[in-house]
Amino acid sequence: MFAGIAMKIRSGISTLLLLELLKGMRLTLSQMFRPKVTVRYPEEKTPQSPRFRGLHALRRYPNGEERCIACKLCEVVCPAVAITIDSEQRADGSRRTTRYDIDLGKCIFCGFCEESCPVDAVVETHIFEYHGEQRGDLIMNKEKLLAVGDRAEPEIAAARARDSRYR
Amino acid sequence: MERDAAARKVRIEVDGWSLNAAPGSMLIEVTDAHGIYVPRFCYHSKLSVAANCRMCLVEVERAPKTLPACATPVTEGMCVHTRSRAALEAQRAVMEFLLINHPLDCPICDQGGECELQDLAMGYGRGVSQYQESKRAVVDRDIGPLVQTDMTRCIHCTRCVRFGEEIAGLRELGATGRGEGMEIGTYVAHAMESELSGNIIDLCPVGALTSKPFRYTARTWELREHASVAPHDGVGSGVLLHLREGRVMRVAPAPDEEVNEVWLSDRDRFSYEGLYSEDRLREPLLRAADGWRPVTWETALEFAAARLREVLREAGGGAALGGLISPSSTLEELRLFGRLVRGLGSPHLDHRLRQGSFGDSGAPPLLGCSMRELEESDAVLLIGANPRQEQPLLNHRLRKAALRGASVMALNSIRYDFNYELTFTRVAAPSRLPEALAALTAACQGSGAEYAEAAVTAAARPLREARHARVLLGESALAHPRYDELQRLAATLAQSCGATLGYLAPGANAYGAWFINALPGTVAKPGEAAYAPAESNGASTPLDALGMLRDPRAAYLLLGLEAELDCWDGRLATQALRQARLVISLSGYRTPAMLEYAHLLLPIALYAENEGSYLNLDGRLRSFSAAARPPGEARPAWRVLRVLGDKLGLEGFGQHRVEELRADLPVRPSGDSGVPSETSIAPPDSVQDAARDDPMALELCVDRAMYSVDALARRASALQATVHAADATLRLHPAAAARLGLGARARLRRHGEAWVLPVVRDPRVPEDCLYLRMGHPLLAEVGAPHGRVTLEAVS
Repeated sequence: MFAGIAMKIRSGISTLLLLELLKGMRLTLSQMFRPKVTVRYPEEKTPQSPRFRGLHALRRYPNGEERCIACKLCEVVCPAVAITIDSEQRADGSRRTTRYDIDLGKCIFCGFCEESCPVDAVVETHIFEYHGEQRGDLIMNKEKLLAVGDRAEPEIAAARARDSRYR
Repeated sequence: MERDAAARKVRIEVDGWSLNAAPGSMLIEVTDAHGIYVPRFCYHSKLSVAANCRMCLVEVERAPKTLPACATPVTEGMCVHTRSRAALEAQRAVMEFLLINHPLDCPICDQGGECELQDLAMGYGRGVSQYQESKRAVVDRDIGPLVQTDMTRCIHCTRCVRFGEEIAGLRELGATGRGEGMEIGTYVAHAMESELSGNIIDLCPVGALTSKPFRYTARTWELREHASVAPHDGVGSGVLLHLREGRVMRVAPAPDEEVNEVWLSDRDRFSYEGLYSEDRLREPLLRAADGWRPVTWETALEFAAARLREVLREAGGGAALGGLISPSSTLEELRLFGRLVRGLGSPHLDHRLRQGSFGDSGAPPLLGCSMRELEESDAVLLIGANPRQEQPLLNHRLRKAALRGASVMALNSIRYDFNYELTFTRVAAPSRLPEALAALTAACQGSGAEYAEAAVTAAARPLREARHARVLLGESALAHPRYDELQRLAATLAQSCGATLGYLAPGANAYGAWFINALPGTVAKPGEAAYAPAESNGASTPLDALGMLRDPRAAYLLLGLEAELDCWDGRLATQALRQARLVISLSGYRTPAMLEYAHLLLPIALYAENEGSYLNLDGRLRSFSAAARPPGEARPAWRVLRVLGDKLGLEGFGQHRVEELRADLPVRPSGDSGVPSETSIAPPDSVQDAARDDPMALELCVDRAMYSVDALARRASALQATVHAADATLRLHPAAAARLGLGARARLRRHGEAWVLPVVRDPRVPEDCLYLRMGHPLLAEVGAPHGRVTLEAVS
């Protein structure tokens, strides 16, 4: 009986003094003095982990030779069955791909391909801004993948170097 | 006494299980038989025990050390632990030693995924090696176009070396050096020449020996396996087709002790490449006024039916049609082909494209015994046969018989290389082959004093005394122009010594074709002896394969053959076909000659793309289903024939499934052995040949190159790169070459034509013979494979 009356009095006072509003205002005020977390995306970008899994690339050795040896481990490990490889014996006797396709429409960016690669040929780069105007544009073939690798090699190498302690 | 020994078993205990074992058997045989796995590399059930890999070490109670299971005979009360601490420790230690020098190139190794070392390394290998020194590297040798070597990967199990010595009968591979310096290589730097060399690919437990045509084209886990039957010889070897995305990538043997054991001949293993040849027919082709034009099946078959009716009506009935079918066609194809040809009113139907005369008894072309029984023979007489090339896996059975002590004898026109010792060899020029056989027959009958030659009498003895004697007529005998004489003599000889008579007929389904009655005559009922030898050339007399070319028909129906290379006389065949008003060819390929003589080409499925059955040389039914899609518009030949028969309004063409065509086939039909009841020898005519006096004339002696037996093998590029490939060369005895004053090349004249070809000096050829290995397109026009030819020296 008394408890009910006391609660009514207390809520009446807090309504009268706008306490709830002041509590909220205090939080807003405190945020104004903290550093901002919002990035203004096209101009600003969030930092990326060296393990970021973005667009795929095929790498080359410093002498220009492609790394991929067509072992097809990435093809078989891919849970989305996004990779298709054909291979042959090149004229110099080495094992090489004649076709290396990654269907980005199927890819789930799990990174297993990169992890299974014995020669660090297929990697997922930090590149996440790409688009296709048609569905076919999202099927990466060997030329496109090697071009990505050529373009991004410094960043790829730097990311691998940063992460090498933990691999 | 023997039976007691066989019945006596010893009891041993393995991993707590009590097992019965035959005394003297090795421990690993007993564990294998009971499904207890002991790791191994060097042990193979078909090879001798080497015990050099030491992977199969097991712990035996009361033995001071672990013992190799492959070389430890079982003894009563033996107590074995295969998974005990001591055994596993020993196996792990062996594994560590093996991995010291094995390269870590599994990602590019074709064996990866099916590698015995890789599998066992998963179980026994350590993640980290204690070995710090540099690894061994071995220089690869090129050992031919079939087998790729990566000798750095070799773990010296010596299975390939033992295979060469024990199975192939050729010491081709050997180990040189010891310890780390040990290398496997060819003793002399030459390509492996064995007809079974591909088997070392299967035997090698690691990736040191892999398939060269397959190299780097697929990984093992991508391949789908499909059981099928090899289409090149009468053995009917079981094969496992390995397919990737509907394409045959390689072929492996399907083990079957009764047929091919665990082996496969190179021809069966590497012929699949022919499926993907450039000149495969992909759509029906119709000859038009302005050349060849691709047409739809509907148009093609409408044309075939209408034109067949028209030509036969104009030419005065069905007898104007000749039907030639390859002896490697399936039973179902043969059956429908026979129905079609006979339905159109023609008795002229044959599959014996390579036979030289047809007056024989018409016995079924069977082996006369099972393949396992062949192995248990005591005496074998080969007549006009080179089994190593004709039926490589039958030759392996013969070799086993010879190693067991059987006397194998050969009567040939070329001193062929055998991979076992022959107790008697007689080389006679083809024209003298019947006389030589008659002498032997007389000796076997114990009569004929006029033939009393010590060597022949000595040769006859093992045949007469043998418990299991075999007489085998080979392909050269069948192709002999006096084959009927040879067959009668062989039958008489076989009867007089109580031997079985067998035929090494060419083609995968020669017996099936006999069984289904793809023979001249009008009776279509299977199994019924409808074959009547063509004696006169009357209009209604059924014509055999040679007869219907000598007496040309107005229309021909061909299935699965390239007449210029597959017929006995390619020149005669092309001439007969060129004059015909209608030639319809159901073929997997188009050839330049075919484009000249044919009017309609219908593309058919081959080998892996086809479905059907064969009856092999010991009468076994071997059925297979399609594994791959035929290229383009090609269809299985039985379907083509079925629709064509329907369009022609003939009876018996309503099938929807291939099984309906084999429903009434017995699983293992039997035929009589072809031994005649009469015992008299027809005395061979001495050949009156004016040209024999001409010192410059040579007698033609012909056989077929091993890898040119059919259209598919002829297009297998790896096989065609081997030494056994057909080459257009003139082979003759060095003395003959010297007598004729020949240099590096000579001119062969025949039929008013001349060929200038390289001369090969081959001491295996009789001095008065010219030996041609047929199969090369350049030799297609040489003509009949017998008679006399002249050679001229060219400067």
